[in-house]
Amino acid sequence: MKYQSQSVAKAYFYCAMALFGIQVLGGLLAGWIYVSPNTLSEIVPFNVIRMIHTNALIVWLLLGFFGAAYFLVPEESERELFSVKLAYLQLIILMVGTLGAVGSYLVGIHGGREFLEQPLWVKFGILVAAVIFLFNISMTVLAGRKTAITNVLLMGLWLLCLLWVFAFINPENLSLDKMYWWMVVHLWVEATWELVMAAILGYLMLKLTGVDREVVEKWLYVIVATALFSGILGTGHHFYWIGTPGYWQWIGSIFSTFEVIPFFLMMSFAFVMVWKGRKNHPNKAALLWSLGSSTVAFFGAGVWGFLHTLHGVNFYSHGTQITAAHGHLAFYGAYVALNLAVFTYAMPMLRGRDPYNQVLNMASFWLMTGGMTFMTFVLTFAGTIQTHMQRVLGENYMEVQDSLSLFYLMRFGAGAAVVIGALLFIYSLVVARKREVIQPGPAQAVAGE
Amino acid sequence: MAEILTKTRARNIFYGGSIFFVVVFIALTAQSHRHIVKTSTAGMPLTEQVALGKHVWEKNSCINCHTLHGEGAYFAPEIGNVMTRWGVADDPETAYEILDGWMQAQPSGIEGRRQMPHFEITEEEMRALSEFLRWADQTDTQGWPPNDAG
Ligand code: HEM
Ligand SMILES: [Fe+2]
Repeated sequence: MKYQSQSVAKAYFYCAMALFGIQVLGGLLAGWIYVSPNTLSEIVPFNVIRMIHTNALIVWLLLGFFGAAYFLVPEESERELFSVKLAYLQLIILMVGTLGAVGSYLVGIHGGREFLEQPLWVKFGILVAAVIFLFNISMTVLAGRKTAITNVLLMGLWLLCLLWVFAFINPENLSLDKMYWWMVVHLWVEATWELVMAAILGYLMLKLTGVDREVVEKWLYVIVATALFSGILGTGHHFYWIGTPGYWQWIGSIFSTFEVIPFFLMMSFAFVMVWKGRKNHPNKAALLWSLGSSTVAFFGAGVWGFLHTLHGVNFYSHGTQITAAHGHLAFYGAYVALNLAVFTYAMPMLRGRDPYNQVLNMASFWLMTGGMTFMTFVLTFAGTIQTHMQRVLGENYMEVQDSLSLFYLMRFGAGAAVVIGALLFIYSLVVARKREVIQPGPAQAVAGE
Repeated sequence: MAEILTKTRARNIFYGGSIFFVVVFIALTAQSHRHIVKTSTAGMPLTEQVALGKHVWEKNSCINCHTLHGEGAYFAPEIGNVMTRWGVADDPETAYEILDGWMQAQPSGIEGRRQMPHFEITEEEMRALSEFLRWADQTDTQGWPPNDAG
């Protein structure tokens, strides 16, 4: 770690990991309710648990992005952060807001737009935190060296914060409400967050593989160009059946098909950089997470997104377990795994020690990734059956669900593997040990080195 | 990548193209906004009662179990066409009675069946909720869902 102020990232990462724990435990509980529906039904109903699951996810991913920005911007800009105090203040506001939201969900106080259920005061808190962040990070970047990485990162973060304005816009007309709701939801995960992801991935590749900055930066601009060119009009894939005009069926189908390209490019980028790179970085776990993230993002967002994005398919699959399958793998690959890559890379430096517990960390990668993959498969099978029985044959929803119970049982098993993986991951980063828990195998000599 | 695509050129294409797509998107959004107000949701007036009903729907976070026009959670049935499914899309009084009867019967307590919670909803709110669901049902959703099962 070259700059003192980078250490604020540590607090961000700890808070993010705590919320990560809450998120996956909430998810596991929700998965259990699918198996055994009477569980807690009169104390904490399913909808409350799901709000905690999704909200905790979104906030911890954002905390991870903010922390990553505070970690990498000083290095890129070659100077200390504008204000460390502001960064901590921002974190406190976000944590108070999040825990406040979770508490108020538990006592039944919440809004009712999916993912945006936070009480108004929490929404304002997030807005204030976003303004503090943008000010702090922009002042740092403006005063220092400008690179393509900080450029793209900042652009993504500015735009995603600006889009938060739509969280406050809730027209009485349901169809308008839905249309503007997607300006936060879709334009986050399929436009602005992709810029953040690409920038962070670029930074990690630069550090882990030692490839020329010039090469990384050219890739970066090409990736983000394809992301926005496809992702903006790709919003149309949510405007098929909510009261919006019919032309979106064509615009949405065509442009959202192109959304596969940036994810394919990010995956190719990561592998080409590793292949070209000469550096043999000691943090193998961070490299595994980086490659894994871009690969799973390609499958979860790219392949599973394309699976149901054409309007002729979506007419039947819209709002079934197929959507759930895609949502889970896309979020995991693109944003969860990327954040875990950053934590894995940065934590040893933030704590001033060698990369440790790498074997455990890598085991957690395979456990979580295996679990998520299995979950995606079983939900896809469940969704296919559901689509056929309910949407084609016209059978009653509840009866169709009853015939899917085996899949839900397997989904719970997959979820349990993910939770164990997540706890293992947190342990491997948080608990310092003198020696590796498991000794790594002998280092392999690389030809030509 | 060939030498023709320099970093500066890639960056300029990124900026220029993005601005172009943002402008197109804003124009189409404005047009869609008009379409929604003037055409697709114009089948039934958006009264204060309907607006109150939407508020009741939100206050109880129904969306985190159900889907509405296919969006939401996938734990419970589609609600966007429930009034059609019950055959009461054009009958406000019966719609209210069936909805009220349904809501009062929850939770069913049946072992092994997904449970819907009991909600504290006044009669005025329940009537509003029912009107909101009838209003949502008459939206022109391009023929979705494929059948009454939702
Ligand atoms: C990392 C990027 C992505 C993430 C995190 C993501 C996540 C999600 C989530 C959570 C939903 C459900 C939203 C709801 O609650 O209604 C969703 C829906 C959808 N996504 Fe993605 N997605 C990503 C990328 C993509 C891409 C690249 C495509 C297309 C190629 C795509 C196609 C779709 C479609 C068509 C739906 C609507 C499904 C339906 O009709 O029910 N997604 N996505
Ligand atoms: Fe989308």
